[in-house]
Amino acid sequence: MAQVFRPSANTIAKASIFFLMVLTIAGLCGLDLIHRSPYVRYTHRPKEQPVPFSHKHHVNMGIDCRYCHTTVEESASANIPSTRICMNCHSTIWKDSPMLEPVRESWQTGKSLEWNRVHDLPDFVYFNHSIHINKGIGCVTCHGPVDEMPLVHREKPLFMKWCLECHKAPEKFIRPQEEVFNMDYKEPKNQLELGRKLVKEYHVQNENNRLTDCWICHR
Amino acid sequence: MSDSKDKDSILGQAGPLLDSGQTIQSVGDKVTSVIFRKKQPIPWFVVLGIASMLLGSLTLSVVWLLMKGTGVWGLNIPNAWGFAIVNFVWWIGIGHAGTLISAILFLFKQQWRTSINRFAEAMTLFAVACAGMFPLLHLGRPWVFYWLFPYPSTMGVWPQFRSPLVWDVFAVSTYLTVSVIFWYTGLIPDLATMRDRAKNKVGKIVAGIFAMGWRGSARHWHRYEVAYLLLAGLSTPLVVSVHSVVSLDFAVSIMPGWHTTIFPPYFVAGAIYSGFAMVLTLMIPVRSIYGLKSIVTMRTIDNMAKIMLATGLMVFYGYLNEIFFAWYSGNKYESFMMLNRMTGPYALQYWMLILCNGIIPQLLWFRKVRQNVISLFIISIIVNIGMWLERYIIVVTSLHRDFIPSSWDNYAGTIWDWGLYIGTIGFFLFAMMLFIRWVPMIPIFEIREIIHAKTKKTLGTEKKP
Repeated sequence: MAQVFRPSANTIAKASIFFLMVLTIAGLCGLDLIHRSPYVRYTHRPKEQPVPFSHKHHVNMGIDCRYCHTTVEESASANIPSTRICMNCHSTIWKDSPMLEPVRESWQTGKSLEWNRVHDLPDFVYFNHSIHINKGIGCVTCHGPVDEMPLVHREKPLFMKWCLECHKAPEKFIRPQEEVFNMDYKEPKNQLELGRKLVKEYHVQNENNRLTDCWICHR
Repeated sequence: MSDSKDKDSILGQAGPLLDSGQTIQSVGDKVTSVIFRKKQPIPWFVVLGIASMLLGSLTLSVVWLLMKGTGVWGLNIPNAWGFAIVNFVWWIGIGHAGTLISAILFLFKQQWRTSINRFAEAMTLFAVACAGMFPLLHLGRPWVFYWLFPYPSTMGVWPQFRSPLVWDVFAVSTYLTVSVIFWYTGLIPDLATMRDRAKNKVGKIVAGIFAMGWRGSARHWHRYEVAYLLLAGLSTPLVVSVHSVVSLDFAVSIMPGWHTTIFPPYFVAGAIYSGFAMVLTLMIPVRSIYGLKSIVTMRTIDNMAKIMLATGLMVFYGYLNEIFFAWYSGNKYESFMMLNRMTGPYALQYWMLILCNGIIPQLLWFRKVRQNVISLFIISIIVNIGMWLERYIIVVTSLHRDFIPSSWDNYAGTIWDWGLYIGTIGFFLFAMMLFIRWVPMIPIFEIREIIHAKTKKTLGTEKKP
């Protein structure tokens, strides 16, 4: 009976073993790269919003973060401002601008504006803004230079690894409390030295309170 | 011949290794006829049909679980481990017989293993697949199962290497990998036979691809023998290590009833016990339906029954040992646990376990019982049930009475627990039926080697039908 395979099939079979291995490894590495890519992490890409609100414009006019994000110092959530806060100014300034039509509509109907969340943490993560603000972590440390973003985007990939970078060594990122809302704060040359001092002073961690314990974020 | 017969009767072997009248040609015909026959026998269709229905139950249970979460199971606190762990241990234990038969009995040159090794190895693979489902589904979010592996992830943390649950991941995945490779390597010469005997081109091509260019040259055989021996050596420690690691899931904790050093050997014996029971449960009907009684002889069946008896006694010793140490330790939590096991809410299951695993298998001392396939079949099923009850008792009786009475709670599986469990049985049977249909279930060439050695003639070239 005739053979169905030629002798060259042996070479193909051997080569296929090699390529299967290479393909598997390349495939897994590729998946990991996709997972880490800015595309999947949605970094440096402004999100579409109902109103093209410019952080750059408002911050440079001298409005403090806390004017809109009212609860950032005392609660877990920083607070997305209510329409009333927008209308504080926009009832008189740019009051007929077509861009602000959704804001006026919200004001008239009492229906909230539905902003699209830029920093959305998984539900199994407990995150509290106030503790970070009160222990000397600047807004910019996580959110990036918001004063330079016409439309706000995600600056950091929000990997757990990224959270841990600071939780493992807060002294590298901590700043004096009065500098927390400073957009132009430059870390000093003696950051580590100052950092260690501040970590101690603000009781950021001690032997009973380790920032790397699982329950700190996964409660 | 008379020499070997005398030796056999001294060793108490029941009947010949192979029935007389088998030739190199007839073995090939017999085994491949299972695959090349026009139509599978009716029982094959019946089992496949039932298995398909059970697969439906598996699908339903898994989908519901994924939609609702592990709350649909009967788990509670303190019973955080329920059916998922019971079934995991049960299935992975069943797998062990296959590895023991194919690796350890091979190294000990037990020729009777030849007729059942591939079948048992296939059983191992499917049992491990079933076992793997349970811990994965128990994760709650099984789609991120790869977090179990240590790789440089974006989370910046590694798995907890001090946890036996992580050791499990390594033990089971190594076991599965080695078992697949071992099984496949042993299959290659027979796949070549299939290729040569296939009646149509598609069959030839498919079997040809899987045979990987096997031509049966002396060099091929030499390499094959070396590879098979090495793999057998590699699999041998796995027979002991996998279930030892599984037992450490319990033994490393400080729960009364779990925290004992006897667990690893006791679990391994139990695994082999249940595995041989499962091989018998499957092999007894298969050999009679497919007319393979002359290859899978009574001697093989008898030997399996003996191993079951031996491992069953070890397991029974384990039970007695647990009782003894509950008293001898003087630890009130241990003794409470044991008394509660015997008289508490799960007393029925406990005494059923003693009956199924300890008392009934004592019938295997009698040659008449071992030689009667029907009684053996029934005992093997009883042992399967007993071994399931054993894991149930271990998991539930320790957990449901915690150290603090305020946290006590009873446990019972819900309909979704049962649906998932019988669903995996369906998966197992379905896979076994496909295996029987598409793969030579008895190693043709190994049986031929036995015949060849027996007849002391040179291996002639086989005439194709």
